[in-house]
Amino acid sequence: MSRMQKMPEPELIFDRSRPGRIGCNVPRCDTPEVDVASAVGAVRDDLHLPEVSELDLLRHFTNLSHINYGIETGFYPLGSCTMKYNPKINEQTARLAGFANLHPMQPVATIPGALEILYGVQSMLIEITGFSTITLQPVAGAHGEMTCLMLIKAYHESRGEGNRTVVLVPDSAHGTNPASAARCGYSVKSIPTDAAGNTDLAALATALEEVGPNVAALMLTNPSTLGLFEPNIERICKMLHDAGGQVFCDGANMNAMVGTTRPGDHGFDCMHLNLHKTFSTPHGGGGPGCGAIGLQSHLEPFLPAPVIRMSEGKIIADEDRPQTIGRVAGFYGQFLMEVRAYTYLRAFGKEHMADISRYSVLNANYVRERLKDVLPPAHDRPCMHECILTAEKYKKEHGVRALDISKRLIDYGFHPPTNYFPLIVPECLMIEPTETETKETLDEFCDAMISICREAVEEPDLLHDAPSTRITGRLDETLAVKNLDVRWWPNQ
Amino acid sequence: MPYVPHTQADTEAMLSVIGVPSIDNLFREIPDNLKVAPGSLNLPPALDEHRLMAHLSEIAAKNLDCTKLVCFLGAGIYDRYIPSTVGAVISRGEFLTAYTPYQPEASQGYLQTIYEFQTMVSELYGMDLANASMYDGATSMAEAAIMSVGIKGKDKVVVSEAVHPHYRQVLATYCWSIGIHVETVPASSGVTTSWNADEASCIIVQYPNFFGCIEDLAAARAAADAAGALLIVVADPVACALLKSPGSYGADVVVGEGQPMGIAMGLGGPVVGLFACKKEFVRHIPGRIVGKTKELHGDRPGYVMTLRTREQDIRREKATSNICTNEALMALAATVYMIALGKNGMTTVATSSVRNTQYAISALSSAGFSVKFKGKVFGEFVISLPKNATEVRDAMLGEGFLAGLPLGAYYKGMDDDLLVAVTEIRTKEQIDAFVSALTEVTK
Repeated sequence: MSRMQKMPEPELIFDRSRPGRIGCNVPRCDTPEVDVASAVGAVRDDLHLPEVSELDLLRHFTNLSHINYGIETGFYPLGSCTMKYNPKINEQTARLAGFANLHPMQPVATIPGALEILYGVQSMLIEITGFSTITLQPVAGAHGEMTCLMLIKAYHESRGEGNRTVVLVPDSAHGTNPASAARCGYSVKSIPTDAAGNTDLAALATALEEVGPNVAALMLTNPSTLGLFEPNIERICKMLHDAGGQVFCDGANMNAMVGTTRPGDHGFDCMHLNLHKTFSTPHGGGGPGCGAIGLQSHLEPFLPAPVIRMSEGKIIADEDRPQTIGRVAGFYGQFLMEVRAYTYLRAFGKEHMADISRYSVLNANYVRERLKDVLPPAHDRPCMHECILTAEKYKKEHGVRALDISKRLIDYGFHPPTNYFPLIVPECLMIEPTETETKETLDEFCDAMISICREAVEEPDLLHDAPSTRITGRLDETLAVKNLDVRWWPNQ
Repeated sequence: MPYVPHTQADTEAMLSVIGVPSIDNLFREIPDNLKVAPGSLNLPPALDEHRLMAHLSEIAAKNLDCTKLVCFLGAGIYDRYIPSTVGAVISRGEFLTAYTPYQPEASQGYLQTIYEFQTMVSELYGMDLANASMYDGATSMAEAAIMSVGIKGKDKVVVSEAVHPHYRQVLATYCWSIGIHVETVPASSGVTTSWNADEASCIIVQYPNFFGCIEDLAAARAAADAAGALLIVVADPVACALLKSPGSYGADVVVGEGQPMGIAMGLGGPVVGLFACKKEFVRHIPGRIVGKTKELHGDRPGYVMTLRTREQDIRREKATSNICTNEALMALAATVYMIALGKNGMTTVATSSVRNTQYAISALSSAGFSVKFKGKVFGEFVISLPKNATEVRDAMLGEGFLAGLPLGAYYKGMDDDLLVAVTEIRTKEQIDAFVSALTEVTK
């Protein structure tokens, strides 16, 4: 597996630019010429954009795609990210002219099909999550979290309890949880996890006592980021409710629950979903996300408008919401992502929906079992849709870190798992195989991991220097911060 | 279910390795009262691929989309030409199905495109740097306002009423939530003429504004300076290919909606927020930024996500924002667009929009309609109609036109005013037909 020395460094598109070239056939204008300056005022003469041919443009991106890893390239066991197959039909339906060419401010009477999609996704997600309402306006997971916290804030304020300003967040939570709380003006108090991997109930009780009447909410991920189902969930929700607080469910791990258990039945007041994880809208290299939220009826009055709902047998976009928190995004949310999610949900339907949770949990437990001798699980319990392993012994005994194992995995042709998250597990490797991978793929991956763990003992430098088969070796992230270079300059 | 590939034999073999008798057994930690039996949810039946496509096509056909209507509606989302290369590139599985490039060695392709995106957004806006994208124009503006409060420390922001009403609604929601006071200043002549910027962290102006008018950014800069506030400009990137850039007027932060650059209107999502600023604010900005670096043990250049200690996964409640997933694929679409059109193509598109707009204004004026705000406009303008604009808009649907946005719902006393956009893909024939139809329905 020697370095692909022959592969040239990719050129920036700006280097390919020659004055006068163009990469498309621009629409011709057939209205009379005008004096532009008298129409718009002073115009610029300092625009530097590339000038390349259409073929050079395509070669540029095709070559760049060859040095980028996606689910269609290979196995992508990134924990907490649910990198499942994104069916091609979803791309086809989202590109139908009747969906793609809708203007968000065209009259609602002209978009009955779009409302049918939105209402259809909402209805299916209500059934799957057990909440009484779903809104699709939030455009990403963190945006959904923030919207839930805003609903909670509006709810407390409506009851004259604006003093509730503290949000409790477990130490295993995603970073977006405390960040979203801060964005809503809340202060954050951390709750520890107990030795078994559950929320520490005694610590939670103490925290509730300390915060007293100021507790606004608890943000809980279930299954937790340790890949474990929180068995005390009903009790935890009751503790919060008794203290006057609300409970938000971080739905990043919904894949473990689809068709098997419904968070709306657990006692949660609201949750966010990542349709780009659980319901297979493509991640696109970091977005578009798609952050539906579910909630119980007491939070409904505060929903962002418009609310898509049924009224007298007709689906309407209800703007008349006197208690609304207002808009959280420009328009209806990620509509074309909802078309994809709708397509995906209808493909599974009643008969197959539970397969999502059942086979994702089977796959995760299989990987956990196959790797447990070389990489011990952080907890001795069945995992849900992902397993959390620790590479601590390799660090202690051979100076090899979880990061080195991950980078070496790239040499074996796999994308690395999530590492160093959750923060409470030392040298953490978080593996989420999803339900769409075959046994053979999982076996190849496990064989690679076992082989890498052997190398860690016998030839640790192979791991320290990895990856060595890619277009670049390991990159210097500290240098990137020190010599900040975030764009090309025309006279460079 | 073909997306779940397990055969009976696979499942049995895997269960036997795990050492449990059934899949159900793996869920034993979930209390029984919280479980639902597989297949028991009240959901519609599964559809095979052929039926699924037919079903979705049928739903799509119920909409009156902009291939059936001629679109003169803009208001922040525009019906523009999309080069065929955009769809070809963003459909490639290596981009479409990648995750956020946290592992740079396996993500060099995407990271380089983001570096190119950041460069070209900076160029269009005339700014030092841009981030890797935001959700949309509206949230990008709200984040910029909150950033200004973090920098200047004054809990008031001032926004012109000629900024998109939905953007101002999102700003109001975000600011309510975090305890920032929003003050709106009037633009009754179609542009903003005075700013009540005392004690404000920023003033926010749109360029061209919601009415299509071109605001005086030099005056806005002076007002911001007098009050010690930042100048935030919400700018249309296509207009910026022709107009003097916001950066050339000294804007501190420039945000905007990237949809006009190669992204389908799609009922408004997914689109992409643009965010650019002066270098001195780089450590305050929300979202991801890609930087160039080199190998740890070699000399090859490469790209990584950088200044990560601003971000939520590291800094948690002290992060500059809670934004995590952004709009990478839509930013890629915009990147392809900016390269495909390039300097000359983008200038042509902007100039054609101006020509078509001027032609529409003169044709409407000749037909007896009055343009409400007489100043300089880019690709959009307001006309005052002899009757209620909503009724006219609805009547125009019957003539095959999406005629524009009635402004009565957003501005007091503007019930008869219609906001009309004319992009580069409108033809002389379509504009003539639009004017005739409008004449007909307003008789």
